[in-house]
Amino acid sequence: MMKKQKNDRFASFLDWLENGGNALDEEMQDALREEEPEAPGKQKREKKKKSSDKTADIAKKPRKAYADSWWYRLLAFAVAAALIWLLMEAVDRMPRFGAADTLMDSELTEFYVEHTKEETGAMNIVTGIILNYRGFDTLGETHVLFIAVCTVLLMLSIYGEQDEKKRLAQGALERYFEPHHDVILQSAARLLTPLILIFGLYIIANGHLSPGGGFSGGAVLGAGLILYQNAFEYRKIEKFFTYKTFKWVSVCSLLFYSLAKGYHFFTGANHLDSHISIGTPGNILSGGLLLPLNFVVGCVVACTMYALFTMFRKGEF
Amino acid sequence: MLGRVFTHLDGLTAVALFGIGFALLLLDKNLMKKIIGFSMMDSGIYLFLASYGYIEGRLAPIYAEGISDPAAYVNPLPAGLVLTGIVVGVSVTAVMLGLTVRLYERYHSLDIDEIAEKIRREGK
Repeated sequence: MMKKQKNDRFASFLDWLENGGNALDEEMQDALREEEPEAPGKQKREKKKKSSDKTADIAKKPRKAYADSWWYRLLAFAVAAALIWLLMEAVDRMPRFGAADTLMDSELTEFYVEHTKEETGAMNIVTGIILNYRGFDTLGETHVLFIAVCTVLLMLSIYGEQDEKKRLAQGALERYFEPHHDVILQSAARLLTPLILIFGLYIIANGHLSPGGGFSGGAVLGAGLILYQNAFEYRKIEKFFTYKTFKWVSVCSLLFYSLAKGYHFFTGANHLDSHISIGTPGNILSGGLLLPLNFVVGCVVACTMYALFTMFRKGEF
Repeated sequence: MLGRVFTHLDGLTAVALFGIGFALLLLDKNLMKKIIGFSMMDSGIYLFLASYGYIEGRLAPIYAEGISDPAAYVNPLPAGLVLTGIVVGVSVTAVMLGLTVRLYERYHSLDIDEIAEKIRREGK
């Protein structure tokens, strides 16, 4: 199945080459070079008429844009300088770095530091805040990541009929010419990838006890996957991580997060009667929902990082 | 103001980063550099927020053995806020890059004025 698909892609690439390679681009450039008749009537056009008359053929001399003019650059520089000056004045009036009376040293902070351990079972206060007190906010964040991947996927994969052929051809080209035997990179990746993945899992699993958590651990996992993909061929990583894997892992993770957080909120967000024991703070299996939620967030972040890289590299999943 | 540069070094660095990014956004015509400028503005804001959570001589916000006094730990709140910001920043950068890829494929240029000119000539 995989091989057939690859052959299809390569065939379409050859097709594209036979049809003149960059014919499409030249066509478009010809279309751009043709002078368009001035649309009459509109007042906005009147202003532009002068400048378009001046440069009849764009091939020789492109129209001078306002961003090139000295007054625009001067104005932009002045605006930026004024903004920097204003902000610097503001910073100058803030408390100095590391002072005990920083603006954010408020009642809320004191509450968090005093109650996080008893109420959430987290040793790491930041994890307690972002996954328990502000759990819905983090749910939104994970969805933002997922929606960003979906948007990029749409933007990079929806084409017209002719462009579609070109895109497939470029995908085949990328696969055909990717480095197959980069010894240094492959040896390093063989050594490092397992270590990086294990370290990522460690960061995620200890998110409620030590520095780290789902976001940082997920980023490390994603980096490991990206290294693996760079060192070996696409074929190799596609044995265990394809678009389907991404889809299922991301969607199931988000679904689990939503259901868990929904349950937590419906049974009283303040642990009044949520039936989820927080265990002994400091143990690895403690903190109620924190550990599973950290894992879920880590999965989404790792998938997102890898998916974004893959899509920008080969234009498809 | 100059005399206090060294006590407000972090805030001033954050402002400088923000300002450089803003100037890049205004002055450069290359779309990639605009995106870089945008990311620099992001970084400036993160640095600003994170640095104001730090309080000298206090512990990181992870419970140490037997200490539960709020005055012993730095402020954990800005760390949580910056985390949100970083995630949203990554997402926005990805979407901007995706749009840039499409624009480049359509108009074969990263110069925003050139793209605008071509769009104008297409008559849209």
